[in-house]
Amino acid sequence: MTEEIIIAGFGGQGVLSMGKILAYSGIMQDQEVSWMPSYGPEMRGGTANVTVILSDERISSPILTRYDTAIILNQQSMDKFEPMVKPGGTLIYDGNGITRHPERKDIKIYRIDAADEAARMGLAKIFNMIVLGGYLKVKPLVSLENVIQGLKKSLPARYHHLIPDNEKALHRGMEIIAEAN
Amino acid sequence: MDEKLYKEIVSEENLVYTKTSLLTDKVLSYCPGCGHGTAHRILMEVIDEMGLQKDTIGIAPVGCSVLAYEFMNVDMQQAAHGRAPALATGIKRTWPNKFVFTYQGDGDLAAIGTAETIHACNRGENFLIVFINNGIYGMTGGQMAPTTLPGMKTSTSPYGRDTLLMGFPLKMTELVAELPGTYFVTRQAVHTPANVRKTKKAIRMAVENQVSKKPGLSFIEIVSNCNSGWKMTPTQANQWMVDNMFPYYPLGDIKVDGNKL
Amino acid sequence: MGELKLMKGNEAIAEAAIRAGVDAYFGYPITPQSEVIEYFMAEKPHERTGMVVLQAESEVAAINMVYGAAASGKKAMTSSSSPGISLKMEGISYMAGAELPGVILNVVRGGPGLGTIQPSQADYFQATKGGGHGDYRLIVLAPSSVQEMADFVKLAFDLSFKYRNPVMILSDGVIGQMMEKVELSAPVPRRTEEELIRECPWATTGKPAGRERNIITSLNLDPAKQEQHNIHLQEKYRQIEASEVRFEKFHCDDAEYLIMAYGSSARISQKSVQIARAKGIKAGLLRPITLFPFPKDEVNKLAGQVKGILNVEMNAGQMVEDIRLAVAGKIPVEHHGRMGGMIPSPEEIVTALEKKLIGG
Ligand SMILES: Cc1ncc(C[n+]2csc(CCOP(=O)(O)OP(=O)(O)O)c2C)c(N)n1
Ligand code: SF4
Repeated sequence: MTEEIIIAGFGGQGVLSMGKILAYSGIMQDQEVSWMPSYGPEMRGGTANVTVILSDERISSPILTRYDTAIILNQQSMDKFEPMVKPGGTLIYDGNGITRHPERKDIKIYRIDAADEAARMGLAKIFNMIVLGGYLKVKPLVSLENVIQGLKKSLPARYHHLIPDNEKALHRGMEIIAEAN
Repeated sequence: MDEKLYKEIVSEENLVYTKTSLLTDKVLSYCPGCGHGTAHRILMEVIDEMGLQKDTIGIAPVGCSVLAYEFMNVDMQQAAHGRAPALATGIKRTWPNKFVFTYQGDGDLAAIGTAETIHACNRGENFLIVFINNGIYGMTGGQMAPTTLPGMKTSTSPYGRDTLLMGFPLKMTELVAELPGTYFVTRQAVHTPANVRKTKKAIRMAVENQVSKKPGLSFIEIVSNCNSGWKMTPTQANQWMVDNMFPYYPLGDIKVDGNKL
Repeated sequence: MGELKLMKGNEAIAEAAIRAGVDAYFGYPITPQSEVIEYFMAEKPHERTGMVVLQAESEVAAINMVYGAAASGKKAMTSSSSPGISLKMEGISYMAGAELPGVILNVVRGGPGLGTIQPSQADYFQATKGGGHGDYRLIVLAPSSVQEMADFVKLAFDLSFKYRNPVMILSDGVIGQMMEKVELSAPVPRRTEEELIRECPWATTGKPAGRERNIITSLNLDPAKQEQHNIHLQEKYRQIEASEVRFEKFHCDDAEYLIMAYGSSARISQKSVQIARAKGIKAGLLRPITLFPFPKDEVNKLAGQVKGILNVEMNAGQMVEDIRLAVAGKIPVEHHGRMGGMIPSPEEIVTALEKKLIGG
């Protein structure tokens, strides 16, 4: 199994940390993982993206132009990454702020309105965990248990009291993700 | 001289002074009358008297004293031009119980190495900087230094230093005394026996500060001559130094035990 | 098994340095490697092992701090990215001249000049051909994973003390910024002062009564002596070339076309080999791990087997010159590269292989 994922959105949406938690979950179940961010001034307010690879084998290129799954959180990223999903692959997006919805017919498309849901829950900070929950529902490659473990590993101890909220968000994401094509 | 008279004078009972074993037998490469030799000697004497040879690591700069390690019988490193305080930082931070000193000219310390000097002082590194200020680049043949006096002629200021074009002589010692990281800052000279004694006392104080881990850097400027660069005889050079250098670079302690005087 | 962590290459090298018993790190911030010093500062290595970490006022100062500590026998290192490495070249040349051990990490970014902060391999010439003034060589290691970033710290120090020669770890923005699973080895204590003095009898550690004073210098005003010193250095480099070549092969056994790449380019090229093989092209990858010494014998040997070599680098073609020297005209050697911080995709490498070597 090799899963090649791009997560893309605005800086500040928790794109990089979502990828990190996913990568940590992979380690928890003995997979090879890589996490390659876009870095530099781009990150400040502009777009941020991270390529995460989970694999049972040694990972070759950490940088890709074709992805099994794209998780897309703003319009710019939609424009850039929709064409890069492999045929038969998966695209997950948050409809918030999207003006041109994905159009491809040869991939599976899911929508998750995580930004609205996070606002409703009064937990804007765990927006990215709702998205991650949605991803886990459609691609159960890592177990929820290992994601919680990954969360513990990647969060500094002083934030561990937030883990229950994160867990709630993951479950909520699993509930609200919906097929869009 | 009459051989008999010579033997009479040069005899055991007339011995009043010997060269410290911390100076090698190598003949000094400095011009006769240059202050570098005397400065080397008193620095080595203090280290010898304090029994610190086995704990001393010194750094030679680029300048006339580039070969200081040929003369100083202690473990020595040779630095790139201006970088001696950075080397000393590397040594002292990893060998906090050693006695570490740099020995630098004005071009080395106050031009190309200004950043290294200021920052080592500002961090309060616990080592000694001996700064030989002769107002000129001696080694490369008498070019203008940051410390060259206004109007002073050098090979790169042949009509005299024009401060409008070439800036002003840099008083490094006053400057570093302003930094909280310096503990002992003084300006001395070695052109008379009295001054040699004073300078040696200052060196001793600096060494004691470091050995007893007083917080901060000791900085000793020695205003010196460069008779070759100044194109004078040694005695003329010393007189010129007294008449011209000292008014601009007045001798005396500037900061003692961390307090400005 | 050691401890497993998810770390950036830049963090892994810092953690590995603490665990390897390194004595000192001196650095100055520059993207994309500032995480190295940031990680050190956050970890308080002084409390963990007594390791010294200091933010210097410049790269020039940092490399000279390494010089000072190294000349006193300490395991000292510094890191920077391309513009900062140019500033360190003075100190590196002095270290090579004075035969000092020490490790320099270059997390290369695109140049020339201030260039870009994105990944590049444009400093290959600078790293492998000397870089500073004078006739000298660095041992150059090119990690291609976060694991190797960690592992090469110890290897670099071992080699640099064995040969009394500075070692450069030539990494790039991809390897520095990427996170991967890394297995960290158990910490070893730093050497005691007695151990250091025993291992480094040449170091300036203070002259005891029983030995001659130790002098560390790169100066020799007598050209005849300086020539002798140069001859000695060259003999040392030949010995390094004879004993320290390291490389890795991927699908080379039956390869008809060879891709050569190091660092992150090698990771990308590995995927290209897989894509090419899926298309029926028998491609293989030779990844030099040591860039100096360069695996010229292995290249020459493979030149007797394959029909052509494609060099893949994030530069205008630098290692390709070493490959051509090793191949000595036997087979075609082509280059595919991206510059200025652009990264080649696995697919475009396959296309280059088809166009430039296979013909199509
Ligand atoms: C990078 C570099 N630039 C220039 C030189 C040439 N150089 C050697 S000594 C020197 C000036 C030394 O003057 P100073 O520090 O005043 O010492 P002095 O010779 O007067 O004792 C210069 C410019 C050098 N060695 N390295
Ligand atoms: S050139 Fe000047 S500083 Fe150098 S040795 Fe001669 S007198 Fe001294």
